[in-house]
Amino acid sequence: MDYSIPLDSACELLRLQAAGELTAVQIATASLESIRASQDTINAYTHIAAENAIATAIDIDRRRAAGEKLGSLAGIPVAVKDVLCTRDMPTTCSSKMLESFRPPYDATVVERLRAADAVLVGKTNMDEFAMGASTENSAFGVTRNPWNCDYTPGGSSGGAAATVAAGHVPLSVGTDTGGSIRQPAAFCGITGMKPTYGRVSRYGLIAFASSLDQAGPMAWNAQDMALLLQAISGYETRDSTSLDVPVDDYVAASNHNSVRGLRIGLIRDAIDHEGLDDEVRRSVKAAVEVFRDAGASIVDVTLPHSGYGVPTYYVIAPCEASSNLSRYDGAHYGYRSRSSEASKSLLSMYCRSRDEGFGAEVKRRIMIGTYALSTGYYDAYYLKALKARRLIRGDYDAAFGHVDLLLGPVTPTPAFRLGEKIDDPIQMYLCDLFTVGANLAGLPAISIPGGQTQHGLPIGIQLHAPPLHESALLSAAAFFQSVTDHHRKRPSR
Amino acid sequence: MIHSTPLKCDFETVIGLEVHVQLKTRTKLFCRCETVFGAAPNTQVCPVCLGLPGALPVMNRRAIELAIRTGLALDCSIPPVTKWDRKQYFYPDLPKGYQISQFDLPICADGFLDVIEPEDDSTSFRVGIVRAHLEEDAGKSMHDEASGRADSRIDLNRCGTPLLEIVTQPDMRSAAQAKAFLTELKLLLTHLDVSDCEMQEGSLRVDANVNLHIDVDGKRVATPIVEIKNMNSFRAVERAILHEVDRQYLAWEETGATIDNQPKTTRGWDDAREKTFPQREKELSADYRYFPDPDLLTICLPDSQIEAAREALGELPAVVRKRLETQHGIKPYDADVIVNQGTAMIAFFEVVAAESGDGRRASSWLLQDVMRTMNDRQLTIEAFPVSAMSLGDLLKRVASGTLDNARARDVFAHLLDHSGTVEEAISALGIKAVDNNELEGLCQELVASNPQIVADVRGGKLQAIGSLVGQAKKRNPNANPQQVRETLLRLMQS
Repeated sequence: MDYSIPLDSACELLRLQAAGELTAVQIATASLESIRASQDTINAYTHIAAENAIATAIDIDRRRAAGEKLGSLAGIPVAVKDVLCTRDMPTTCSSKMLESFRPPYDATVVERLRAADAVLVGKTNMDEFAMGASTENSAFGVTRNPWNCDYTPGGSSGGAAATVAAGHVPLSVGTDTGGSIRQPAAFCGITGMKPTYGRVSRYGLIAFASSLDQAGPMAWNAQDMALLLQAISGYETRDSTSLDVPVDDYVAASNHNSVRGLRIGLIRDAIDHEGLDDEVRRSVKAAVEVFRDAGASIVDVTLPHSGYGVPTYYVIAPCEASSNLSRYDGAHYGYRSRSSEASKSLLSMYCRSRDEGFGAEVKRRIMIGTYALSTGYYDAYYLKALKARRLIRGDYDAAFGHVDLLLGPVTPTPAFRLGEKIDDPIQMYLCDLFTVGANLAGLPAISIPGGQTQHGLPIGIQLHAPPLHESALLSAAAFFQSVTDHHRKRPSR
Repeated sequence: MIHSTPLKCDFETVIGLEVHVQLKTRTKLFCRCETVFGAAPNTQVCPVCLGLPGALPVMNRRAIELAIRTGLALDCSIPPVTKWDRKQYFYPDLPKGYQISQFDLPICADGFLDVIEPEDDSTSFRVGIVRAHLEEDAGKSMHDEASGRADSRIDLNRCGTPLLEIVTQPDMRSAAQAKAFLTELKLLLTHLDVSDCEMQEGSLRVDANVNLHIDVDGKRVATPIVEIKNMNSFRAVERAILHEVDRQYLAWEETGATIDNQPKTTRGWDDAREKTFPQREKELSADYRYFPDPDLLTICLPDSQIEAAREALGELPAVVRKRLETQHGIKPYDADVIVNQGTAMIAFFEVVAAESGDGRRASSWLLQDVMRTMNDRQLTIEAFPVSAMSLGDLLKRVASGTLDNARARDVFAHLLDHSGTVEEAISALGIKAVDNNELEGLCQELVASNPQIVADVRGGKLQAIGSLVGQAKKRNPNANPQQVRETLLRLMQS
């Protein structure tokens, strides 16, 4: 493997190509080699698009040689979570249900990556239909944490986080419904952002919970993230919930790294939470000092309804999921049971296909959601959860009345061992304790490497900003990374 | 059949209707696929209406406008905020596993439509409109029972076509009233240009909720409600209700089942066998688990938009009817026939009436000569060969007595097949005014040569003069029969 190719920096790869020191083909080849070399151990991918990637790279090199203007991600290998539709690759959501599904169209995010001349190297593994926090709920095997293969990379965007952490690609696109970008970023020692709901088009993002889902960038550092976010953001008419607001200059924001005068609220409910691991708490407190030393003012903030976040989330998300996943019925596409039982009637075809095609966690959530939306339970569960959601959003609105950013942990604990929580759904759901708030409130939030455990596992810190203040998150992250080196640590190969 | 045996008890039939109207949009409700009828199966589809993973709906604004227009014409209130909900059930013609519809905030609520009483056109009855909401249509399942393999095919072209579901109060008391309501509603919808109402293409489909309120020993007993689904002709609706009334009465006599001890059931209508039959339910339970569709925004309808739509409504059929009656002095029946023909016929009539200065004559000609010709030649009024101005000109001459009805019909017939003005037709047919002296001479000859008829007339058999008028017309086709008659009478009396 060619270690002289800096697959951990998109900015550097752009510079080297512009300088004529590297070609897109060389980069793609190195990226694909490293992916293949660790696929057996890490299992970050559900599909590796070697031929297409090389073909794209050849085309980019040719166009560069011809003096053509190239896109902002020209020749950069990018991995895409297997929840985003791609017309030239399978799109499975890591589910047996969609094992053979090939969408006839590209998700908007994918379209925009292609338009930016990114080299799509493949589709990354995930928890089935993005339901999970460990990538153990994949129908195609677990993904392992590159820092320690006995540990989970987090989830549901576990493959997308692991492939960056393993040094295969500098950039990946994940999706975040309750923490699915930020938690795996924290577990894998990289940077990940969930943008404001509506900033990145959801067209072609296979829905888990439509009012919470948002695609976002994953990378080592703020500058690389800004490049990717810039490429995929923006209004689009095909998604009714897309925001018709101009996109900031994220690249400029990621090069602005002063926090002097910035008002940062420390989320007391999180930092004082009894379930918070001591090493994680220490990392957050250390981050507080870093910001304070640079001239930011730190104030304590409480989010009085944050305790309702996880229960609220675990009503709303399954309700929407139970509806969104109704279309997988075996009638038109996707898995259809071949059992003799299934051929007896329409109903048994539905039942057998869905029983055999979905994994346990997906079925669990469909049942929870179906129950909560049923006559007689709707008011007590779904409607009540919507009210709680408004209160949670109100907490953030109140906090942002007097601070610019909110600081806290990403996860209660660092990465846990594979198998540790898979049989205890409640413990698994509690991984989302500090991340669901941003989804319920529609806010942007970023996970930044903030330290390591004594066993060498990464720890993340999290910043929240008001809606559409992604630039503020990028500037703060860029500052933090200019004075710390947590994001420069790499797993040993 | 109960019609042939005396009824033990009096009863009242209670009918409420749900009418699914396909709105006249170029594209579907949530995607840009066209809604043209009759395309090859599964050719008017895209990822959105196929419900492919990741595809998202985007609302068609035109459908909203048409729904508001309809709602205002039905005197509904239009709420400032409305929204989309998912109605969830599994069926192969519903590829998303849910239908995007409107549950608790329909775009139109609480209106009415006044309908002319079928038995008596001097009175009308009012049908309350509970609500009208927008929803997307499902696809079409075709079950090939004959193949022996229970082969089913699905055409998803219709998936996502915009429908307005109009729900009435149970205000109709007979099959005839239900039919009259539907006829008036269809007229209103076509008049508003919100729907083609092409029933054979399924763009207007009707479900009827029917039961009986039976008088038993001074108390009223209601039979269980039956919903007859998916009828696509008014004739079917009428016959299905008539059949259902009989069936429910007999069922009540037999079982005594009432609304209190038997739930609502669903039946279909078999047009060939003229029977309703119990229908297999599409889903196991009726719990649709409605919830707001998170892929779509709530719709805010500012007052200004609703007021603008109200102003653009124009004159509604009921108002036009009244105006034609009072302004042109025509009979309610004639006004009804003209208005039922649509806006083009109304405009045609108004020009003829104004130009001729004789509304009654204009309506009588439209209802007879014009409509008969349209029927014979399969013409629309837009394509009618005689313009409204020409017909008006023609009838003006009749009104002023310069042309008699028979000659006017000759001119009309000529105009149907030749271009040109009335004046040109008259001269082409050689019609000219008859000199008074010539007429006097002709009449003297007739009186002289028909002593028996003259005697009859003088003896009081006035109608006998008809044959002389006939003879006069034969000898000079231009002779005005009225004038001939008057002259003959004068001569006979002298």
